[in-house]
Amino acid sequence: MHTSRVAASSSIIQHKKYSTEPHFSKYGGRTTVTALSGDGVGPELLSYVQEIFRYAGVPVDFEELEINGSTTDEETLCSALLSVQRNGIALKGNIESKFDEPGFKSMNVELRTQLELFASIVWCKSIPGVYTRHQGLDIILIRENTEGEYSNLEYQIVPGCIENLKIITEAKSTKIAKYAFEFAKTHGRKKVTAIHKANIMKLGDGLFLESCRKVASQYPDIEFNDMIVDNASMQMVSKPQQFDVLVMPNLYGNILSNITAGLVGGYGVVSGMNIGDDYAVFEMGTRSSGRSLKGKNIANPTGMLLASCDMLDYIGCNKHAELIRDSVMKVMSVDKVQTPDLGGQATTLEVIQAIIEDIKPKTTSWSTTAAQNVSIDAFLFNFKVTIVNSTLESCMRRPIEMAKRWQTFKE
Amino acid sequence: APVDWEDVDVTPVKGPDGNFRLPPKIFDSMDRTKVGLKGPLATPIGKGHQSLNLALRKAFNLYANVRPCKSIEGYKTPYNDVDLVTIRENTEGEYSGIEHVIVDGVVQSIKKITEEASMRVAEYAFAYARDNNRDTVTAVHKANIMKMTDGLFLKCCRHVAEQNKDIKFKEMYLDTVCLNMVQDPTQFDVLVMPNLYGDILSDLCAGLIGGLGVTPSGNIGQDGAIFESVHGTAPDIAGEDKANPTALLLSAVMMLRYMGLSPYAQRIEMACFDVIREGRVLTGDLGGSSKCSEFTEEICRKVRESE
Repeated sequence: MHTSRVAASSSIIQHKKYSTEPHFSKYGGRTTVTALSGDGVGPELLSYVQEIFRYAGVPVDFEELEINGSTTDEETLCSALLSVQRNGIALKGNIESKFDEPGFKSMNVELRTQLELFASIVWCKSIPGVYTRHQGLDIILIRENTEGEYSNLEYQIVPGCIENLKIITEAKSTKIAKYAFEFAKTHGRKKVTAIHKANIMKLGDGLFLESCRKVASQYPDIEFNDMIVDNASMQMVSKPQQFDVLVMPNLYGNILSNITAGLVGGYGVVSGMNIGDDYAVFEMGTRSSGRSLKGKNIANPTGMLLASCDMLDYIGCNKHAELIRDSVMKVMSVDKVQTPDLGGQATTLEVIQAIIEDIKPKTTSWSTTAAQNVSIDAFLFNFKVTIVNSTLESCMRRPIEMAKRWQTFKE
Repeated sequence: APVDWEDVDVTPVKGPDGNFRLPPKIFDSMDRTKVGLKGPLATPIGKGHQSLNLALRKAFNLYANVRPCKSIEGYKTPYNDVDLVTIRENTEGEYSGIEHVIVDGVVQSIKKITEEASMRVAEYAFAYARDNNRDTVTAVHKANIMKMTDGLFLKCCRHVAEQNKDIKFKEMYLDTVCLNMVQDPTQFDVLVMPNLYGDILSDLCAGLIGGLGVTPSGNIGQDGAIFESVHGTAPDIAGEDKANPTALLLSAVMMLRYMGLSPYAQRIEMACFDVIREGRVLTGDLGGSSKCSEFTEEICRKVRESE
């Protein structure tokens, strides 16, 4: 039932000059993770994550930081950045953008660019028990996360005429392409598709495409093709099964990630991660703040919970990650306790309670320090054997190995 | 229908400066007729050529691209009840074509938004909504990221919405629209947006109803309009009588409505949908095995019958 591990050393081609391990703040066997509250349903979902972590005995402490659309001062941003830099990891709710206010700067974008979280990965997989129009999807979307249209360089030429600069660099395009191919290789994926609009933006997207092609030539075992973004959108809603791994610049990544997330069940079931050379931030895949759902007890907590499981895998708490993920998936797919966005009638609290009830018996003899040393046999003995069918199991494989190995792969 | 056709070949010719451009004949023709119907035109991918479709739009100042997307009965897709219209600003935005290499390995593309163009397309969107009995216009933007450019577009839309209080106005982020569109397209009515988002969303919506082979499109300008099918040139089946003429036919129907010849438009449209619904005579891409000419003949027969 556990994911197969590829020995990290066997696929590293070059070693980075300095420290090769991703760092986290770990004191007395417990890891500290920054929790950025965000807006909308962010704060309530993060509190549910903490509650479930308590029940599952997860050795993680949260350093909670309130950062949202109303706290847009430099000081708050600095504290958030420092906290993530200190802890190395964060779990984040989406921060709303009050773009009508003068002096507005998107906090979400600032966090990503300052922490140099160059890759955003959203893994969209069809979930049994969740009704969708398309079945059998397993698409990984890898998106350049720091440049492109999100460079925040705008100016007014004359009143009534404004320009925005979209920056594409060879360095970042090559880096994200390399990440995508390494990712595909690690997870045994067969095809990488680059998404672009080089027929119109010949130099900008042309450069991105060229960079992808150059990297592709170094991976002859992985098929590479490219597609224009509007055609890709059309194909995604008519024949999504043709896609495997997608690599794209920032804006197209935003669009396609949201389309694909919609195809597998919507905002509530998809988790996302932002990976940098030194830090990682986990959040909901569609980056929704869920403003209209705040306080109504109908938001789907699954996405945030799956993101927190990804985070646990990242810091090495694999057993806890599996434990929680098992329960989350069972409640959603097998017990079908689903919130309205999936067509169900349950409230958020009911889903959380169902998950907790599923976790409790698995942790009756669980103690935090003992957990670290327990052997596989004892592990199985102490927990009720959960029967999970193979489809569910394959849903649980997460791209964490890649995130960690990337730290050591950097050139 | 009382329409005379003036054929113009738009194969690009090489101008004195070596660049490919549109033949001058087309400008004369359009100046006189003000309305055009166009088939697909291919642009080679690569450096140097300005997109020829773009050139046509810029030349005639066709500022709004309208694509009505309605599910076609008889052509099954996973989405059954799509009925929306995408209206896209057609002249500026990300497609200004202005790009520079700053240093080796760094390219900057410029997205331009002007108040004039945004107001124009917003006004058209509301006018279209009113003329076609649509009750909501949704502005699609990414002003959280591109605060000044999309902010300006949004401001113009809001301004026009104030003057058109009988039509509901909503604004939504592009990613939210994408997410909701694939889950429940019935919540959308008329969508208005800048160039790039419009391109992607209109193709997305076309995908919902069955692809570009069945989607009509119109480019409206101040002084005229060109209606076109937006699928590719399909060089592999050219001349073989296999192509599906539905997209071009429905574009022509849009053209008739634009020219005020609605009754004719209605008859042709009904005939076309009837033939597809009956499913007896369909071209290959619609799931049948008839030739293009047979399909067309069937539609003609229905039109004659309905007289």
